Amino acid sequence: MPTTRIGGRAIDVNDEGFLTEYSQWDENLAPILAGYAGVEDLTDEHWKVLRFLRADYPARKETATLRRVASVGGFDMKELFRLFPGKPAKKMAYIAGLPKPKGCV
Amino acid sequence: MRRLVILGGGTAGTMVANKLRAAYPPDELHITVVDRDDDHHYQPGYLFLPVGIYSEDKIVRSRHHFIPDGVELVLAEIDRVDAAAKAVHLGDGRSLEYDTLVIATGVEPRPDLTPGADHPDVHHFYDLPHSLALANAMKEFSGGRLIVHLTDMPIKCPVAPLEFTFLADAHFRERKSRKKVEIVYVTPLDGAFTKPIASRELGQMFTERDIRLEPDFAVERVDTEAKELVSYDDRRVPYDLLVSIPLNVGPEYVARSGLGDDMNLVPCDQHTMRSLEHPDIFVLGDGGTLQTSKAGSVAHFSVDVFMENWPYYIAGRELPHKFDGHANCFIETGHGKGMLLDFNYGTQPYTGGFPFPGVGPMTLLGESRSNHLAKLAFRFVYWEFLLRGRPLPFTTDMHLLGKKIEGEASGTANKDLVLGLLKRHPAPPTTTAKAAKPSARKPAARKPSSPQRAGGPKTPAASRQSAGPVPDYVPIVAVDSTADPSTILPDPIIPKF
Repeated sequence: MPTTRIGGRAIDVNDEGFLTEYSQWDENLAPILAGYAGVEDLTDEHWKVLRFLRADYPARKETATLRRVASVGGFDMKELFRLFPGKPAKKMAYIAGLPKPKGCV
Repeated sequence: MRRLVILGGGTAGTMVANKLRAAYPPDELHITVVDRDDDHHYQPGYLFLPVGIYSEDKIVRSRHHFIPDGVELVLAEIDRVDAAAKAVHLGDGRSLEYDTLVIATGVEPRPDLTPGADHPDVHHFYDLPHSLALANAMKEFSGGRLIVHLTDMPIKCPVAPLEFTFLADAHFRERKSRKKVEIVYVTPLDGAFTKPIASRELGQMFTERDIRLEPDFAVERVDTEAKELVSYDDRRVPYDLLVSIPLNVGPEYVARSGLGDDMNLVPCDQHTMRSLEHPDIFVLGDGGTLQTSKAGSVAHFSVDVFMENWPYYIAGRELPHKFDGHANCFIETGHGKGMLLDFNYGTQPYTGGFPFPGVGPMTLLGESRSNHLAKLAFRFVYWEFLLRGRPLPFTTDMHLLGKKIEGEASGTANKDLVLGLLKRHPAPPTTTAKAAKPSARKPAARKPSSPQRAGGPKTPAASRQSAGPVPDYVPIVAVDSTADPSTILPDPIIPKF
């Protein structure tokens, strides 16, 4: 697993660039990751989703799927696509410092 | 006498009933299997019906035929499980008390969960009636745009939509009508498959076959009037013939019992298949949350691990044997050829060869006729060996021998490959299956496990808590990587978005 420098800090990532350590992410890192993911401004709406993902992860050891974010988190699916255009599941997970949702296999 | 109730007489449930019956006499272990009907379906066969390779009679047999003597088969709907009282309530008013419960009811296709997808003109092949209806639609289809669409993961047999796409391509080529048919594969994933190397190889096969890939498509609804798939970000894909693999979710009784997550899957340990909530519930087959394929091969390999752990379980000890997520899937690619994927939790499918003792090398992630023949032969293996719990020439642990490794991998390389087939682990110190039985009958032997029972009985409502609502968000202070500073890359790696 490579280690890279993000926002001046040493961060462990996988080959694709996703953070691998839950404990290496904090809210200061999110805007930098958001920039890399092409999400320019993190609004309150974005933060609600990111905080849901962060809170949901530890017990399940698995990033919430888009469907779970909508059904359990109570977010509107169309809204998620507006906030994180194109590939919302991938972008949300990346910005929240979580693994890419597997969708299992 | 221990009372075991197995919910579901499909692949996993039937295998477990056979293996446990063979290992323990009825006066020590009473086994009941519950299913709603007496029809055991060979589910891989559904794939072959629409392209005329199979007929219906090859697919359905009586469940009774595969349930061994000395196992009670109860045909009834399941109303709910009361995990606190350790009882299963059936739809006809009966109740079954258990000491151990195996949930093996799998998942079911639910087109009704996507608006428009339960319209009769929207096809799939995930149950017999729909597969037969699709067979008719394929016969009548004279040309136009065929869409093969995957609603969301996880689904049973995640390679089946790809296989159907390849078989449909071959079907129209053989009928000399391929030029009149445009084939588009629409998926919520960012490629043909979930795992990178397989996705690359399969993507290549799409290109060679003139199949267009429409990735990252999260379907909102099917507009059956306009004949279009509509996504949440308002992309529209028109179709003439639509094959849409529905959402696969666990049965409703799981939700009613407070045992499931948002997909009615029962949260279970990745390595022992034990319920995370209830130590006397195990989830075998597709109905749990194992992060590997929902597939017969996984049911088979994980049941083997369950059997190895059983003597420890009844002795109230920790479960030492760990399932590694091993899956192997044959992929039909059309024209009498097939390919083989072999992977586990830590290792994605690679190209290379699969040393198949007694059968010969199979091609991994590449097409060959032997792979196709093995897939066809598997129906016989399924009915005659697998369900009946007879040994098969596959290993439960995944091996790396013969694989061309790219990137990271975990598995058993080289060692004990052939000998490993016979015995994977040393026998438990005092407990072969038989030796463990006396201790299982001593009440004291079960005592040590009770502190682990998470504070005694739980109500269904309590179990719903961990499967449902999410803890509050608490900000953390991040720590930096402890990697050697000289190895740190100066620039970030940015994923492809």
